[in-house]
Amino acid sequence: MKILVCISHVPDTTTKVKFVDGDTKLDANGIQWVINPWDELSLTRALELKDDASTGVKSVTVAHVGNATTEPTIRKALAIGADDAIRVNAEPTDAYFVAAQLAEVVKKEQFDIIMCGIESSDYNNSAVGGMLAEFLDIPSVSAVSGLKIENGQAVITREIDGGKETVTVPTPFVAIVQKGIAKEPRIAAMRGIMMARTKPIKLYEPVAVESLTEYVRFEMPKPRAACKFVDPENPKELITLLQNETKLI
Amino acid sequence: MSVLVYTENWDGKFKKLSFELVSYAGKVAEMMGTTTTAVTIGEVSDDELKLLGKYGANKVICIKSDNLKNLDSQLFTNAIAQVAQSEGSKVIVIANNNSGKAIAPRLSVKLKAALGSGVSQLPLNLSPFTVYKRAFSGGAFAHVVLKTDVKIIALTQNSFDIAENSKDVKIERIDVQIDAPKTVVKDVQKQAGKLLLTDAEIVVSGGRGMKSPDNWGPIVELAELLGGATACSRPVSDEGWRPHEEHTGQTGKIIAPNLYIAVGISGATQHIAGVSGSKYIVAINSDKSAPIFEVAQYGIVGDAQKVLPKLVDAVKEIKGK
Repeated sequence: MKILVCISHVPDTTTKVKFVDGDTKLDANGIQWVINPWDELSLTRALELKDDASTGVKSVTVAHVGNATTEPTIRKALAIGADDAIRVNAEPTDAYFVAAQLAEVVKKEQFDIIMCGIESSDYNNSAVGGMLAEFLDIPSVSAVSGLKIENGQAVITREIDGGKETVTVPTPFVAIVQKGIAKEPRIAAMRGIMMARTKPIKLYEPVAVESLTEYVRFEMPKPRAACKFVDPENPKELITLLQNETKLI
Repeated sequence: MSVLVYTENWDGKFKKLSFELVSYAGKVAEMMGTTTTAVTIGEVSDDELKLLGKYGANKVICIKSDNLKNLDSQLFTNAIAQVAQSEGSKVIVIANNNSGKAIAPRLSVKLKAALGSGVSQLPLNLSPFTVYKRAFSGGAFAHVVLKTDVKIIALTQNSFDIAENSKDVKIERIDVQIDAPKTVVKDVQKQAGKLLLTDAEIVVSGGRGMKSPDNWGPIVELAELLGGATACSRPVSDEGWRPHEEHTGQTGKIIAPNLYIAVGISGATQHIAGVSGSKYIVAINSDKSAPIFEVAQYGIVGDAQKVLPKLVDAVKEIKGK
């Protein structure tokens, strides 16, 4: 069994973003780039499955759509433990474009399980995984918080309103992964970092696909009213304020 | 033409989210000078379907099929796509929740329709069709042009006020041609009757500042008194003090209640990312310099252990309990 983990390259989640060119572009100055947190958890789970010989998982590949500057993010995934990587050499313009590129990769390379994070922490579209599955006309399971392989069959836990479901789908399928899939992201050890240097990154040139959306402007969240402080000895005043000003209680 | 809105039902019932979606779709239809069709999948009574007419649906389509009993992303997408095509829908509105996220991206590819997700306002412009959406996990908002003829809007829960807009609603029940599902549900674990964190209008949330899981009593009590739900920060769920479903923040649940009360939560960027859509934030923290106070409108600098019981008493007093 072969697993593909799709990884996105995003600003570190503590970044206070700023925009340039009349608020049309992200100011990349000083940004630390990381693997999208949900993709990192997916990779961790994929590696856990591979570590367990009973699953029959033979390899874990990562795929990424991005230009050459994103290679350190791919190397990080290799250092964490992915066997090899694929980079589609293109500037990701929108989720539809990215999913279309990944679909070409999957058609050529063939994987049994494809894992995608439920969203990327930058554009928050929650789109690539589902789009990829539709391009490939294969099943997708969303909000996946658990993935096991029992007797060669993928057993999936997905989150539903107020609970969980255990489901199965035939391979190949796309698992759209959220929190819970793995406890903590696996961290690259020195040995992994050394080995990553020689692991292969296969390069694909992009196929011609138009993007369906265009980001025309960014704006910062509207500033909130300054905090009104209430005397800790008299919390009742807070309740009075909430009653009178917010009318919510 | 028409605006199509997919409204999920929960065991045949709609909830506030459904009415938000229909209200939103109705307003978009008004902007475009067209009508609104709502579509739902499952067994829903006429009376329940008619409720959608109260919020602006001109027509409600109820799809019933034995193959659509459980969520199968592929089949649900196919069913909704068939309706969108027969209705000639130019805009499709869907919730940006778990099931919406399972369907909307597939629908986008199937119909080659641009998707704007995490949308929290009416379209800014119809030509070019521009939506306003969450980006950078709440650190910014983006104006996004949906360039295709058909557009999909995935609306953030609790971002749009429901508005009554009664229509003489027409109900249509249809069967669609659908294959057998590939998703097989083996087991369901569901807590019935509990207010969902994502549905709650008031949320009381505890962080590491609560010091021990044994101290959660007043948080739960306060949430109950206010008719709200409880939540927690990531360290609290990581420690196993509270269940993972309560973890609110970037990698946990993203919520947008009307009132979010954060107790003993310092307000790391990742936590704020999950709650920045809240209309009002109240912070109770012993550290005056905690970043949570930068986003809060009301604050108490003090020891949660001492402040909370007094707050509970004050709420009991106004609620007459």
